[in-house]
Amino acid sequence: MSPPDALLHAVDRPNSWIGRARPREQAKRHAAGGGRFLDDLEPPRCLHAAFLRSPHAHARLLALDVTAAASQPGVFRVLVGADLDPVMTPWVGVLAHFKGLKSAPQYPLARGRAVFQGEPVAMVLAASRRAAEDALPHIHAEWEPLPVLTDPEESLAAPPIHAELGDNLAFTRTAETGDLQAAFARAHAVVESGFETARHTGVTLEPRGVLAHWDPAEERLTVHHGTQAPHMMKEIFVRHLGLAEEQVRVICPDVGGSYGVKIHTYQDEMACVAAARLLARPVKFVADRLESFQSDIHAREHRVHARMAVDADGRILAMDVEDLTGIGPYSVYPRTSAVEGNQVVNLSGGWYTMDAYRCRLRVAFTNKPPTCQYRAVGQPVAIALTEGLADLAARAVRLDPAEFRRRNLMPDGEYPAKAPSGVPLEGLSHQRALERLLEIMDYPALRRRQAEARAAGRHLGIGIASFIEVTNPSAMFYGVGGAPISAQDGCTVRLEPGGSATVASSLTEQGQGAEAVLAQVTADALGLDPARVRVVTGDTERTPYGGGTWASRGTGIGGEACLRAARGLSENIRALAGAVLQADPATLDLRDGAVVDAATGTGRMTLAEVGRLGYMRGDLLPPGVQPELSVTRHFQTRQYPFAFANGAQGCLLELDPETGWTSLLKHWVVEDCGTLVNPLLVDEQIRGGVVQGIGAALFEECLYDADGNLLNGTMADYLVPMAVEMPDIEVAHLCTPTAESALGAKGAGEAGTAAAPAAVMNALNDALAHFGARLTTMPFTPQRVLAALDAAGATAR
Amino acid sequence: MKAAAFRYARATSAAHAQALLAEHGEDARLLAGGQSLLAALNLRLSEPAILIDIGRIGHAAIEARDGRLRLSALATHAAIGRSAAVAEAAPMLAQAVPHIAHPAIRNRGTIGGSLALGDPAAEWPACALALNAEIVLASAARGERRVSAEDFFLGLYSTACAADEMVLAAEFPATAPNERQVCLELARRRGDYALVGVAASAKLEGGRISGLRAAFFGVGATPVLAREASRAAEGATVAEAARAAADALGRDLDPPGDPTTDGATRLRLARVLMRRAVEAMAA
Amino acid sequence: MSGAVEIALTVNGEAVRRAVDPRLHLVDFLRSELGLTGSHLGCEHGVCGACTVRLDGETVRGCLVLAVQADGAAVETIEGLAADPAWDDLRAAFVARNALQCGYCTPGMLASAAELLAAGGVPTRDAIRDHLSGNYCRCTGYHAIVDAVESVARARAGAPAA
Repeated sequence: MSPPDALLHAVDRPNSWIGRARPREQAKRHAAGGGRFLDDLEPPRCLHAAFLRSPHAHARLLALDVTAAASQPGVFRVLVGADLDPVMTPWVGVLAHFKGLKSAPQYPLARGRAVFQGEPVAMVLAASRRAAEDALPHIHAEWEPLPVLTDPEESLAAPPIHAELGDNLAFTRTAETGDLQAAFARAHAVVESGFETARHTGVTLEPRGVLAHWDPAEERLTVHHGTQAPHMMKEIFVRHLGLAEEQVRVICPDVGGSYGVKIHTYQDEMACVAAARLLARPVKFVADRLESFQSDIHAREHRVHARMAVDADGRILAMDVEDLTGIGPYSVYPRTSAVEGNQVVNLSGGWYTMDAYRCRLRVAFTNKPPTCQYRAVGQPVAIALTEGLADLAARAVRLDPAEFRRRNLMPDGEYPAKAPSGVPLEGLSHQRALERLLEIMDYPALRRRQAEARAAGRHLGIGIASFIEVTNPSAMFYGVGGAPISAQDGCTVRLEPGGSATVASSLTEQGQGAEAVLAQVTADALGLDPARVRVVTGDTERTPYGGGTWASRGTGIGGEACLRAARGLSENIRALAGAVLQADPATLDLRDGAVVDAATGTGRMTLAEVGRLGYMRGDLLPPGVQPELSVTRHFQTRQYPFAFANGAQGCLLELDPETGWTSLLKHWVVEDCGTLVNPLLVDEQIRGGVVQGIGAALFEECLYDADGNLLNGTMADYLVPMAVEMPDIEVAHLCTPTAESALGAKGAGEAGTAAAPAAVMNALNDALAHFGARLTTMPFTPQRVLAALDAAGATAR
Repeated sequence: MKAAAFRYARATSAAHAQALLAEHGEDARLLAGGQSLLAALNLRLSEPAILIDIGRIGHAAIEARDGRLRLSALATHAAIGRSAAVAEAAPMLAQAVPHIAHPAIRNRGTIGGSLALGDPAAEWPACALALNAEIVLASAARGERRVSAEDFFLGLYSTACAADEMVLAAEFPATAPNERQVCLELARRRGDYALVGVAASAKLEGGRISGLRAAFFGVGATPVLAREASRAAEGATVAEAARAAADALGRDLDPPGDPTTDGATRLRLARVLMRRAVEAMAA
Repeated sequence: MSGAVEIALTVNGEAVRRAVDPRLHLVDFLRSELGLTGSHLGCEHGVCGACTVRLDGETVRGCLVLAVQADGAAVETIEGLAADPAWDDLRAAFVARNALQCGYCTPGMLASAAELLAAGGVPTRDAIRDHLSGNYCRCTGYHAIVDAVESVARARAGAPAA
């Protein structure tokens, strides 16, 4: 499990903890049933919310009468939109740096009209969720159905969903570099293809939830919230409840999966917070699974047409991409729903050298639930279209896909560089990642196995996909556009009198291991056993201000803040010890819980002695010495908008051409996320990400009919990957640290999800190629596979 | 979502359950393993006034005698899967068990509940049809009666079991010498309801197939017995029977579509399963 | 409440007596009546497996069993499993292998894994995957869970590690 020494970063010292594969302390609690999730909290006098949601995708609310519902047993109050007006203002999901991005005001409960199925319309507050649900059928709502737009292309030509916006084009952007026409004109071959990724959703196993409490005596709002970004949510509550920031506290309990789902402003959650303010009672809401499918953010409904020009040697000359995405009726607040498509513009082709590039994005409003940032935002689309074109182009010039990539991937060692879109890239290792992937796959042997299988009538497919991954975003991502989204994180490290350390960080723990990472970084800097480091996260009142957990930034940003704080504390400890020991602090080091002589390793005093001296025995200190045994540091990246990670994935599958079934046999990932703080956690982040990506490729889709009705709103109908269909996943690492931080860590949380769909798609098409067939519409259902075979006229009927 | 309120009565015997059914009629639902019913209640797809819990009435025995395999109504999927008597007398049933959902569901779900529900995508109704099982029904008013599987499944979630009746058992003929039984299905994920499944039995003598009974599930409102396929396969060699039965299937099945798999694709998959099932008989 | 029903059962070895609303399913009963919040609701319609508990020695979906059906039965939850030294190795393997991330599926996953391991032998990876397929995990991608279960099976069987 331990990485080879070559992967250990320069910060390592003899008692280093950075780079060690190490189980998480927090896991013990969960394995013993000791998790404390939102729904486990039940304060006295708690009211439970259930929502009447629009049955229509678009309809005018002609009448809404809640009187009968309000008199049902156990019901305390039934609230409609206007009831919340005195306490909450609406929000609009736009960002200033997305020029032209528009959206309409969104209220906690629909006002006079619903614009997607599942939009909350009224809320019942009762003594139990059961009682609240019992009352829902007693709400009288009369609807007049309005025209429904489900197709983004049709939407762009249709009357606007929000009349005041003029049309349904929420956002458009074109990036163009180089002379596209000239590049295509001199091409030896041009390949082109459509690609479709399906609208799907995050399916956190713990549904979204909120528990809000307004204390009228103190005039303070406390919100327990299963969120990735408590400080951001606090600011949103402050803004839209018209409170002062000192009046609001957000506490994040254990979170049962987030993946981007739990970082947005949801109408139902806002309604609960408003109701708590209004009624001065604790209000709790935990979405049930149907509500989750209806109202969690969706993502990835993209329709792409893309072309690639190559020369006779198989070198890419240019790419030309058209992307159309349907985002539902609102751009989601505060991150907006333009970012996903914008990532497609920024990232497509971003690991290949080429002369010219163009990508046009159009973002359309529709009457489906809003889409927003879900794990690997835009990257699965950008990678699928790029790697899909790469395989097509390889075929066009009769090159093996691996060789084609070898010729076109940006050369290692020639950084900084720019992606074709112009996005700056700090330092990547695409060529090495590809070679390492081919090595761990044993690519030549796989190709032989494939040939042998084919001779025996079995159809294996091998796919590879190179990729970049957006990590460690700077303020250029959101903050620049005016959103209350912090790109920096803060961390306080405190030495306790007994020689242990307490860390408070603005990161949040979602199971990814942020707390374990912070403990290891702190332990490393302080020469402590990580078991002696307690980590506090997820409370706006007890942690420094910072962004939280998103965009694969926890270790890279929050970890660096922690390293700086812990190093600062180390300096202070050594200064104090030096003063007491009459030694030059520069000659002292911290190892194994003690201050030691750096040269000899001889123990001089324990950290417990330092703590006791500092906190209790000021009388023993030399004159003028004021111990500072807590240190806070903040960090954000300044030089690059993102620290891109990179890598390559491989997939081996078997196609049953009679049934259209695909069986995944093995999956491989090479990831370069810079310094690995804990390879065990990184590996499992990647594996989990891969399986979400496989879900997108093979199973997952939110299906809607033409009237905007969700057709698969249960766990039985929406297919999440289960254990038996998933392959073993082998993970290997390269290490190109970012120079923007001392830690050198980039993120790894989204790599798996970003590139797995492309790898699976290329593997499937490798198998289909034998029949002259091809498929680029995800998910690759048996029916679609069979249709592709039929279209090629190739299948035995 | 939480279930709507209902009353609860626990039957102490089959007779008691029938008396309660007679009393409450259409307002009542029997609760056996509850693996479909409770999901429907929690989703508020079903809101009965009263549940009659038959979980404590016994009637879980699995017995093979006199050329019959009798599965009492409360025999669980797991118990059926573990039973040596089942594996010997009706191997198709043993093959079907691993396709039924997942272990925790198989520990609770019962054959009686599955037959009474009559889910057209479920395994047991199709197996019962393929093996021409008899369903033993009982009511306070009319006592016991037996209905052959061919007459039992009437429509979507509709069976010959009347509102005041309960399923007591299903009786399967024990497999004959030279009989082959196969249960195959295609589900997007293992344990999901089948896109298409087939439960098939036939005699294999001298390399020839006879008496093929193939019941398809997931292809209509009820499990469907493929009679034309049977006719086409009669007396043919395995390879020929497999092909002919598959070809004939278009006259037996007219599957409906769902959002990801249309009827034509289901028929096509059914043909593949038909062929594979017959081929598996010779394996 | 339409006619509360008296039930008496043992939960993790402790005798419990309550009057319950018939519609209360077992997991809501465990969580709200007994404060045993280790069992989680992921879908409440019997698919995701997060609510898996043991009823009279067999795993069941806690959302597909009514509390009234558990009258007279022995229920074991993650809290009971955690206190049982017989399963220390399984929990330790999950922790060591990082076979859980957010931890929401873990109690149910452990119950299902324990059932498989109780059957003895060293199941193949595919058999482990098959047995656990009724328990969704959205975080790990399953590989580490399979590793953890496999390692316990091997250790218990005295077989060398894979």
